[in-house]
Amino acid sequence: MAFSPPFDLLPSLSRGLLVTLQLTAGGILLATALAFLAGLGKLSHHRPVRLLSATYVEIFRGTSALVQLFWFYFVLPHFGVHVEAMPVGILVLGLNAGAYGAEVVRGAVNAVAKGQREAAVSLGFNPRQTLWRILVPQAVVSMLPPLSNIYIELLKNSALVSLVTLNELTFTAMTLRADTLRTGAIFSIVLLMYFGCSQVISFGMRVLEARLSRGRDLGGVR
Amino acid sequence: MTGGGTLWDWGYALEVLPQLVRAMRITLLATVCGMGLALVGGLFLALLRRSRIRALSRFGFWIIEFIRGTPLLIQLYVYFYVLPDFGVRFSPFATGLFGLGLHYSAYMAEVYRAGIDSVPKGQWEAATALNFSRRRTFFTLILPQAVPPIVPAAGNYLVAMFKDTPLLSAITVAELLYTAKDDIGSQTFRYIEPMTLVGVLFLAVSLISARGVRGLERKMELKK
Repeated sequence: MAFSPPFDLLPSLSRGLLVTLQLTAGGILLATALAFLAGLGKLSHHRPVRLLSATYVEIFRGTSALVQLFWFYFVLPHFGVHVEAMPVGILVLGLNAGAYGAEVVRGAVNAVAKGQREAAVSLGFNPRQTLWRILVPQAVVSMLPPLSNIYIELLKNSALVSLVTLNELTFTAMTLRADTLRTGAIFSIVLLMYFGCSQVISFGMRVLEARLSRGRDLGGVR
Repeated sequence: MTGGGTLWDWGYALEVLPQLVRAMRITLLATVCGMGLALVGGLFLALLRRSRIRALSRFGFWIIEFIRGTPLLIQLYVYFYVLPDFGVRFSPFATGLFGLGLHYSAYMAEVYRAGIDSVPKGQWEAATALNFSRRRTFFTLILPQAVPPIVPAAGNYLVAMFKDTPLLSAITVAELLYTAKDDIGSQTFRYIEPMTLVGVLFLAVSLISARGVRGLERKMELKK
């Protein structure tokens, strides 16, 4: 086997990478919104809201991401819903990671020192103000490290969307492999691309954490 | 309502259920064997990471980071498509086990590390005072104390691995998802029943095992 640098593979793989990045970014946005919705929902005073949030979390943490993806992709058309791989991919990645994120949000808000809540009550804050002005801003810092792991899992799960024929990085790699048979070179590049992306997420979240925890040593939350 | 127009056909669901339950055995077998590999591989990686030779411990660090930072699906493809080019040929099932085992070894390495770090330093010092070799100290004193606290964490990864077994369908292992999609769905073009049943089966097993893990955690708390 003669070795030549596989630069010629880069343009098509980069196009795949771009789709993967869109998928991941969309998934992260949806997952974060759902994590807050369901995580705070589990802390709600209203029983139906608690029940709904808990059901969502249990179902999406209890089944496999790939099964969820296939379910949405193959079953939604039965209900007459027209599905395309990209929106379904973002939806499933977001729903899946959001369920794990909900537990993080709930845990972090619960972990804010009890005195903070009491102080807010004694200052006449209503529950909504207490939540959004006192509890959440302090909880966010301790959410970031576990959320970083969840986002990386989401990036890795985005490869699954190739199995419902979205032309993201993994799918591009598989088509390219069938065309060129340069399996080793293609997968090496693809692995490095994914690894690079997960390092970027991890680094970005650490930077964010450092920024947000500036001057935060007094409240007893870290 | 009967016939092809129904949304959910109980007759059809009951018809495909036995086939799915049979496929569940492959899924469970893959989970158990994969975890066995991960327990051994994880310990090996954890030891590599603790090596006093700096190059080895750096190598261990990057191996773990790399495996954890790339998708399991691609790792499976690499073992499935690239290894045969080097004359290494396994069955799809064995390839899948290897992939699952290695992937979760990287996660288990961190779990072992936490367990080993949690053993009080005095234990090492006492062993030194008794003139134990480093190896003997580690295997007869430290490891037995490091393992019990990490059982719940390992249990969580067991459940996570169980939920990752459907990925083996991508390398043609006839586990639960493959059976529902390629053996049943593509024959009859009815996906709703088999797919939903697969989801329900997964949910049942993971809810039960998650409860088991919580029980273990509580037991550990009591022992402290």
